[in-house]
Amino acid sequence: MAEYILELQNITKEFPGVKALSEVTFGVQRGHVHALVGENGAGKSTLIKVICGVYPYGNYEGTVKFEGKECRFRTIREVESAGIACIHQELNLVPDMSVAENVFLNNQPHKFGVVNFDEQFDQCKKLLAQVGLEVNPDEIVRNLGVGQQQMVEIAKALSRDVKLLLLDEPTAALTEAEVDTLLDLVDKLRQKGVTCIYISHRLDEIMRLCDDITILRDGQTIETRPKANMTKDDMISLMVGREMNNLFPRVPHTRGEVGFEIRNFVVPHPDIPGRNVINNISLKAYKGEILGISGLMGAGRTELFTAVYGAYRTKGSGEIYIDGKKVDIRKPQDALDNGFFIVSEDRKKLGLNLIMSIKENTTLASLEKVSKAGVLDEGAEVSYTTKYVKEIRTKTPSIEVAVNTLSGGNQQKVVLAKALMSDPKVMILDEPTRGIDVGAKYEIYKIMNELVDKGVVIIMISSEMEEILGMSDRILTIAEGEITGEFDAREATQEILMRAAVGRSAK
Amino acid sequence: MTTKKLTQKIDIRTLTMIIVLIIIWVAFAVATGGSFITARNISNLIRQAAFTSIMGVGMTLVIVTGGIDLSAGMSMGLIGCVMAACQVWGGMSTPVTILIGLVLGCVIGAIEGSIIAYVGIAPFIVTLGAQLICRGGMLAVTKGQTIAPFNKDYIFWGTEYLLPYAGWIVALIAIAAKFLLQMNQRRAKQKHGNLEESMTETMVRFGAFAVLVAVAVFILNRFKGIPIPVMVMVIVVVIFTFISQRTTFGRSVYAIGGNIAAARYAGINVKKNLTIVYILNGLLCAVAAVIYTARLNGGTATAANGSYELDAIASAVIGGTSMTGGVGKVSGAILGAVMMMSIDNGMSMMNMDSYWQFMIKGLILVAAVWFDTQTKKVQK
Repeated sequence: MAEYILELQNITKEFPGVKALSEVTFGVQRGHVHALVGENGAGKSTLIKVICGVYPYGNYEGTVKFEGKECRFRTIREVESAGIACIHQELNLVPDMSVAENVFLNNQPHKFGVVNFDEQFDQCKKLLAQVGLEVNPDEIVRNLGVGQQQMVEIAKALSRDVKLLLLDEPTAALTEAEVDTLLDLVDKLRQKGVTCIYISHRLDEIMRLCDDITILRDGQTIETRPKANMTKDDMISLMVGREMNNLFPRVPHTRGEVGFEIRNFVVPHPDIPGRNVINNISLKAYKGEILGISGLMGAGRTELFTAVYGAYRTKGSGEIYIDGKKVDIRKPQDALDNGFFIVSEDRKKLGLNLIMSIKENTTLASLEKVSKAGVLDEGAEVSYTTKYVKEIRTKTPSIEVAVNTLSGGNQQKVVLAKALMSDPKVMILDEPTRGIDVGAKYEIYKIMNELVDKGVVIIMISSEMEEILGMSDRILTIAEGEITGEFDAREATQEILMRAAVGRSAK
Repeated sequence: MTTKKLTQKIDIRTLTMIIVLIIIWVAFAVATGGSFITARNISNLIRQAAFTSIMGVGMTLVIVTGGIDLSAGMSMGLIGCVMAACQVWGGMSTPVTILIGLVLGCVIGAIEGSIIAYVGIAPFIVTLGAQLICRGGMLAVTKGQTIAPFNKDYIFWGTEYLLPYAGWIVALIAIAAKFLLQMNQRRAKQKHGNLEESMTETMVRFGAFAVLVAVAVFILNRFKGIPIPVMVMVIVVVIFTFISQRTTFGRSVYAIGGNIAAARYAGINVKKNLTIVYILNGLLCAVAAVIYTARLNGGTATAANGSYELDAIASAVIGGTSMTGGVGKVSGAILGAVMMMSIDNGMSMMNMDSYWQFMIKGLILVAAVWFDTQTKKVQK
């Protein structure tokens, strides 16, 4: 008999009108990395909240057994002292405190309440060595990259003698290289006897790392299997409840004329004088093709297009042509007037107004279309919104609901509706499917294809190599603010792109 | 389209606030042996509330953008003193005097707004600075004296009443306009298949409005008629409800307050819109200043001792405006102002010490926000 460190029996959690979890039952073996997969809305996050004590005992039905004993956690503190730690999707660090202060937050080595900073520093250094993070414990967290911050979170968990570590989408914001480091670290923790529950949409990571896999669908446990008995295709079909043999709806595109071009584009670094984020980039994008932009995070992909959009912290210089016409873009308004739209990588911060309705979000970038002399025409707003909801198949009870009640995939569709309503000639999709489940991804790809057919220039930035290879017709790689390669998608492979993406720094 | 649940349909918050208001009124009526609910006192109270509401409307817009205006009370005072100086010392006519006041209000708002929007200094700091400057300005203009008296046609704006029959005409126009608007809205929604309300529900809402207007006019007419400041307030609220709900500018204001970065990405001119909000707020401070000085029949530096900006903030917040921005209704400020003024007025009538008024108002403010967070939890 295998020894289970965590056993969930018939966990049911209801919200008014929705059963988020329904009799979820499975066990996590000690010392294993246990994957939890499922589409968005399958109940993963709710389940994590039950285990981590965000929903205290009595707030759900069923039993949670940790190390053989039934848990009745009432506060997150109790959960922590039992040895359970959770790394949430959104990192919970205090950005203006040092690494050491964050690691030992509320757990400082002290005497009579006076913090022993020397010991804190030394202990932190040891923990950082354990997670393989080479930064000074006195470094301010704000100055670290996302991947490094995640390591700090893990170090924080280790400082509390963690037995069970939950990782919720830990790689969603990481680049491929950072993902490797993280996976290695989780592997190392496993060898030290720490059990992990690992949640991810990236099935390759799961195949590489995990021992067991539990599939959730519609709040129910579908199956738990050891990895040996599971393939990627199995996982996908169990998750969506149907066979999905093609992840990417590839259709033949015919390349038309140049729709978008930038020449000698330079963007100065906002913080370091004399350095550039973008060094003299020139590129062309054609109608009737999807141009994929690949590269590591921080390579300048997002910065380039944000600067073209006029929304970056420093102003870029260089020439921009849309439909062969030179345009002058100083602020997002100018970009929109010229038919250039960015679907940002951060839909919650930059793409949507979460407390506003679907209708208000959809029309926000095109208010002049639904108003006369500055007075809004509600009828026009409703008909435009209804049209886009139908066209891109947004699932919602009403166009008046606030977008924060929608799932990630449907939120992204609202952003797309907003983009479409502005009649873009050039559309930048920055990580268009981040944090979105398989089914919704497929829908978004289909919308991209439809747009290409309509003659919109589509440029897709993505950290997911499969997506870049699966959807683009042509691929550019960017490294350290320069273009380091151009490939026909049919000839490119993950290895080729990776080599180009690490660029000069590989030398 | 699914029909919404009943709890989501009725505005629980507004309903509860009205119930709380009625309880307060009943309590005061009993405690003062009925003198609280005489037509004379109600008229008086509503007039006081009108002044606070007008300031509260501007404040609501400012708070919706995520800002705050700590200078509202002092700029109102300064504008009043300048207008007094213009008319009493400068011998200017009433229209010119009021025009100067309104322009001054816009200028103060424009300066504050552009420093906030274009220079990027926090509203709290900019308006705190402006508060001190206006306070100083007020003392400089008046040199400690009272500048009086105003012309008769100026005092009109603070002290006169609409004749009773005119009041009924106004009420009829308001009720008819509301009816047409609601039916129009229904038709538009029906056309787009977006109608979520049954005819009965529409009629109940319309009926409630009609009864409320009729009762209000009836009570006010039993004293002397609708006070002119109340008429001004009604016009201000109607105009600003329209601006905030039905114009692209209004939509942009809410978008900026809800998520400033997303608003910028959507091509909204954040800086320009922010500046306009502060200009409108300054304009409303000037409108309030006319009423204030007309009522006092003079410009004095006494406004320097008041905390009218805090009353305005409180009425906006009690009216449902969220301090984090993006949420709030202009009309809510009326409810907040009536609530605050009822407490002031009722306690004064009971001869309670003024310290009680401060304490109770403070409690009500915090309780209103607490209640807000609770109802939001229930409705989720």
